[in-house]
Amino acid sequence: MVDILFYIFAAVAIGSALGVVMSRNPVGSLLFMVATLASLAGIFVLLEAHFLAAVQVIVYAGAIMVLFLFVIMLLNLGHDYQKDLKWGAFSVLSFIVVGTLAGFLARALGAGSTGDVMSSAGGRSIDAAVSEFGAVGAIARPLFTTYVVPFEITGILLLVAIVGALVLAKRNV
Amino acid sequence: MTLDFSRNLDYFWALLPEIVLSVWAMVVLVAGVSGRHRPGQRTDSEGDPDFGQGATLGWLALAGILVAGFFNGWLYGVTEVGHTSMIAVDHFRLFANWIFLLAGALAILISFSYVYRQRLQVGEFYGLILLAITGMMFMAAARDLIVIFLGLEVMSISVYALTAFNRRDRKSGEAGLKYFLLGAFSTGFLLYGIALVYGATGSTNVVAIGASVANGTARTGLLTVGIALLTIGFAFKVSAVPFHMWTPDVYEGAPAPVTAFMSAAVKAAAFVAFLRVFLVGFDAATTYDIWYPIMWWLAAITMVVANLIALVQSNVKRMLAYSSIAHAGYLLVALTAANATAAAGMLFYLLVYTLMNIGAFAVVIAVSHQSEERLQIEDYAGFGWSNPLLGVLLTIFLLSLAGFPGTGGFMGKIYLLQGAADSGLWVLSVILVLSTMVSYWYYLRVAWFMWMREPVSEGQHDLVTAPLPMRLALVASVALILYMGIFPSSALGFAQASVHGLGSLGGGLLGLRP
Repeated sequence: MVDILFYIFAAVAIGSALGVVMSRNPVGSLLFMVATLASLAGIFVLLEAHFLAAVQVIVYAGAIMVLFLFVIMLLNLGHDYQKDLKWGAFSVLSFIVVGTLAGFLARALGAGSTGDVMSSAGGRSIDAAVSEFGAVGAIARPLFTTYVVPFEITGILLLVAIVGALVLAKRNV
Repeated sequence: MTLDFSRNLDYFWALLPEIVLSVWAMVVLVAGVSGRHRPGQRTDSEGDPDFGQGATLGWLALAGILVAGFFNGWLYGVTEVGHTSMIAVDHFRLFANWIFLLAGALAILISFSYVYRQRLQVGEFYGLILLAITGMMFMAAARDLIVIFLGLEVMSISVYALTAFNRRDRKSGEAGLKYFLLGAFSTGFLLYGIALVYGATGSTNVVAIGASVANGTARTGLLTVGIALLTIGFAFKVSAVPFHMWTPDVYEGAPAPVTAFMSAAVKAAAFVAFLRVFLVGFDAATTYDIWYPIMWWLAAITMVVANLIALVQSNVKRMLAYSSIAHAGYLLVALTAANATAAAGMLFYLLVYTLMNIGAFAVVIAVSHQSEERLQIEDYAGFGWSNPLLGVLLTIFLLSLAGFPGTGGFMGKIYLLQGAADSGLWVLSVILVLSTMVSYWYYLRVAWFMWMREPVSEGQHDLVTAPLPMRLALVASVALILYMGIFPSSALGFAQASVHGLGSLGGGLLGLRP
């Protein structure tokens, strides 16, 4: 059952990821991207990472994609861009590069080590943390203890992004 | 003082320079916003020697760099327990911090008049420069790939905004957009690489990665792809050759002081993080065999291609952009060599490069009337005879960039070559020397125009001015370059001592390859 579901989600994820880059309409690309993110959330559920799946749906498929949609519709692109969408050597090349990368990864992950990801050291420590603190606690506790420095740096990062965006977008200079 | 990172409070002490600088940046931002609406602000008399309100903020930002420098010096008296924590407190980081702070200070000094003439928003300009330095300092301090990534993003986003800062200039906006899109793309590579390395070794801590690689528990296949993607991500940031396409356009379009700042400091930060990740995390013989050929080819192609393209540039800013790509190639030779001598040589070279590159850009800004005009090489015709002092300074900076004996650039190249020789990289050394000879042509062509050609028109250089802050920066850089060219041992000894702390962590820094 899990296997069948996984293959369905994986197929939807890959198919709609292709749709993102091949769709000729930006809104179409965007909806394909929502489908990709939603099926990734499904895969997270299959991996028993329920919290991640929920965050994926709420933050990415929900908030960020809606913002994207607003921006694209507000920009009102028209149809002039469509003549720029061509299949050149570079698009073929990028497909080849991505395919090679995927092949490498499949070989690296498949080489006699399938199935032991969950039983590896990392998997076991995650299991222990989840059983002790719950799915949210397993992420929240390290975030405010071990990884408190990166967490604070993220604050500076957001400040920089806001300042940069305001400087570039403010109307009267 | 000894820091034990099992207490979270000790991170506060370890990050004091970064914290001070980021808080100071916020003060500058707020000061810039609160002062803007004062009546009678924009009088724009061309000859205003005080540069309006901008000067106050500029000196304020410089004071912040001084205070951060003070705390950076204070950290020399601090030791850490264990050498495995997320934030490194070692001399390598502190030396790198000196480079970033110096680059920031010089960039602020040379932008006083430019910012005023171009009517840029001063508070945000200086604030973003300080925040970019904060990000670089996080990168130098990071012993964890997550911190490196976040530091890189803080730095990059500040620099994207700075690149597009001049909104009246279409080229600036185009450069900013180009840099942003390609930079975000390369960040994706870096992040994917980090994820794969984590998958292979089970940790994002560089020391733990090194341990996992050394005792053979890392998965080689995943690790190989991860290292390749990390290399791509870093190579974008240092603009090594197959990933350099953005560099000339961005450097040409960005406001000149920003170009000076990012060509020196961003490159230095990327190289410092590059060095720490690869020489501490991936220094075991098995992983060195993976990345050694990649790095070898990157270095070789970067040196050859960048120097050849630079030969045909007629725009001085673009020529300096290709020259900065070429310098990335020289520094990649040190990374390929992967020994203590080369690492110390790299720190020394980054210091010298910061000084000579920002110095050269300072004169370029002066010649272009503190704006974005007069950047063609013909505009330098006869410049030396009408402004002898600036002419001599630019000549010294160019000679140093080319690597002329007696300047810091020469000693830097000597140390890079020494590091390469220690690892037996003879072919790369020969390429380095040959491409340096090629580079003499395009550096000296500018000097030739300055001293050997008649001015195109009478009074062509009458409007060239170098205000006091810029003169300070010029004198400081030229003095340091000549000092390091003639008495290099003190700076080199300092760099070697700084690398020493790094070597004791990895253990395998010396003698990997016969």
